[in-house]
Amino acid sequence: MKTKLLTLALGTAALAFSATANAATLDDVKAKDFLQCGVSTGFPGFAFTDDNGDWQGFDPAFCRAVAAAVLGDASKVKFTPTTGKTRFTALASGEIDMLARNTTETFSRDVDLKFTFAPVNYYDGQGFMVRKDLGVDSALGLSSATICIQTGTTTELNLADYFRANNMSYEPVPVETNAEAQEKYLANACDAYTTDASGLSATRSAFENPDDHIVLPEIISKEPLGPLVRQGDDQWADIVKWTILALITAEEVGVTAGNADQMKADSTDPNIQRLLGATEDNYGAMFGLDNDWALRAIKAGGNYGEIFARYLGTETPLGIERGVNALWTDGGLMYAAPIR
Amino acid sequence: MSDTDSETQVFRPDDQIGGMSLAYVSTQTIPASHSPVSTSGPIAWMREKMFSSVSDTIVSLISLAVIILVVTSLMSWLVTNSVWTAGSLAECREIDTGGCFAVIVVRFSQFMFGFYPSELYWRPILAFALMFVAAAPLLHDTLPRKMLFFSAAYPLLAYWLLWGGSVWGIALFVGALVLTFVIWQLLKGFNMAIAAIVAGLFLVLWFMFAQGSVTSFIDNTIGFVGLESVESSKFGGFLLTFVIGVTGIVASLPIGIMLALGRKSNLPILKALCVGFIEFIRGVPLITLLFVASTLLNYFLPPGTSFDIILRVLIMVTLFASAYMAEVIRGGLAALPRGQYEAADALGLTYWQATQKIVLPQALKISIPGIVNTFIGLFKDTTLVSIIGLLDPIGIMQPIRSDSNWNGIVWELYLFVGLIFFITCFTMSRYSMYFERKLDTGHRS
Repeated sequence: MKTKLLTLALGTAALAFSATANAATLDDVKAKDFLQCGVSTGFPGFAFTDDNGDWQGFDPAFCRAVAAAVLGDASKVKFTPTTGKTRFTALASGEIDMLARNTTETFSRDVDLKFTFAPVNYYDGQGFMVRKDLGVDSALGLSSATICIQTGTTTELNLADYFRANNMSYEPVPVETNAEAQEKYLANACDAYTTDASGLSATRSAFENPDDHIVLPEIISKEPLGPLVRQGDDQWADIVKWTILALITAEEVGVTAGNADQMKADSTDPNIQRLLGATEDNYGAMFGLDNDWALRAIKAGGNYGEIFARYLGTETPLGIERGVNALWTDGGLMYAAPIR
Repeated sequence: MSDTDSETQVFRPDDQIGGMSLAYVSTQTIPASHSPVSTSGPIAWMREKMFSSVSDTIVSLISLAVIILVVTSLMSWLVTNSVWTAGSLAECREIDTGGCFAVIVVRFSQFMFGFYPSELYWRPILAFALMFVAAAPLLHDTLPRKMLFFSAAYPLLAYWLLWGGSVWGIALFVGALVLTFVIWQLLKGFNMAIAAIVAGLFLVLWFMFAQGSVTSFIDNTIGFVGLESVESSKFGGFLLTFVIGVTGIVASLPIGIMLALGRKSNLPILKALCVGFIEFIRGVPLITLLFVASTLLNYFLPPGTSFDIILRVLIMVTLFASAYMAEVIRGGLAALPRGQYEAADALGLTYWQATQKIVLPQALKISIPGIVNTFIGLFKDTTLVSIIGLLDPIGIMQPIRSDSNWNGIVWELYLFVGLIFFITCFTMSRYSMYFERKLDTGHRS
């Protein structure tokens, strides 16, 4: 009986605490005066440490934008490195306020694990890399090839689906990490290496002779990546969502980190004025922030295009084309709902 | 036979026997010459072991060729063609064909300290240096015994140096410990069990409710005196390895001894508790306990509770090592001849006197190889924390490799980390052998 009571008490306490965790993340963040952001323990282009030991990359850039919008200072972020196994519990338990860790949005993660996904900030998909001298220029030519594949990931299932759908066979060479895959592929242990296209570009860019290898044009899966927050705190979810949309909008209307202040003062375009808080609409106040939230987010690391170019774009060693991640006006999928 | 007897029988060649010179006896010793080259020395050894037959010769030559090939290519990769100053892997490849060790040079401080603020590096370095001072009197009995006071104070000092914070907090902690001891002393005469419970309760309640608020109260009224505090999330690299490893090693030995004694105890409840604890912990993989520490505990604690991840990991690692330690020491206790226990009883010693003076000194000496084995295993097991996202030397490789400057580097990083682990573990193992020889008072019969 006593143990039952104890269990009950513990359970109630845990429930009570988790309930408080779901309430007003914004107030918590403002009270502690920093944003606790979960990132990857390391993914080329998306999260890495620089020589000074600071976290850099596409995902930390979005954490900084949110911190700038909410707290007025892009440096008020503390990063928690999370692994594929710890990321969801870290978010669900309230250890982190948001998770920006190239996480694919899926039905079960949204519905069953009870998270709310912010808009997708990178559309990825699974692709193949082969050596040029293999003479293959399409994934359909990979019949009975040996393929290096990371075990226990969705990529493994996607690969099986794709080959079955096309009546082809393959021989999997299981690997544990990207680094291991790199070594195996270079040692000719497999004809092709398959993972997300962004990862393939990163891997290829690290080779001694990247030009000897090509990434095949076929993308065999959909991997929409974006930040996520706990379900049940709509205000906080809105803040993260609209910070991303503001960065995309800024690219659409040509506001950059460099010209944002000047645009706010000079621009007569009502879209820009609303975005940068030059009007009397007070959009920021509607979710508990001030009028300059988007201005600060943009000044933190630039608009969406600038962030992409800095960490992933063709000027970086990764050399990833915008492709589907271009603005809708350029034939891509980045399409921000209007701020009005 | 006495010495004088033997002396009189010594024959000297230049003695004249009976006044007649013995011309055919050599008057001086022929100096010893080396044995022929063909029967001893390296050449003979090689002839006998490596080239004694045709097949032997072939095998030897092939092996020699392989060794030379491996050593030269290793040397060219490690030494002659390696690159130690460059800004990226691409630069390394332009400079030379060997290993790109520039990454170790550039990221050295991250490997050592993780994200610890660089202007405060002196604190972990000082704590590390003082660790040897604190360990010295425990490891060498020739040093003055008064140094043990420093050893006792060291854990607190190290904590303060590494994490920083108010000096008042440390003072309050010491005060609370002293007060706990006083409570124990006062109530001990009344009832041991009640004394232990009250003293323990006081300490726990003090930490849960008073420590933090009283510290900040003093900080606000008298003023903050102390070191800039550093969060656990800044800890990484070998700093993290040593914090976890050393704490685990230091704490697991006494806890392990207690558990081992408890397991051999005649008190049924105590015995059941100890057996249950040991068997449970030994039956669960360390990585499971680490996952409990990193994920499951979060659900039971209120959000924002500053029960930080390193502390949680420390507790789990210590519990884990303690259970193994207990079994190692139980082995030592079991190996002790029954007569030793009976002799202690016959002398009229109490349980604690017998344990302290007769049983433990012998049992621990028998257990040294096992104890050090557990230490080394624990030290290496600390790398498992990389799986729960802590950036120990193994974990910190991942973000370094993800930097597009260094993406593609594998061997150099593992080699470096492996080397440091080898040095540490080898030192421990050598010391344990020295210690065993020193304590070898000859019980072999």
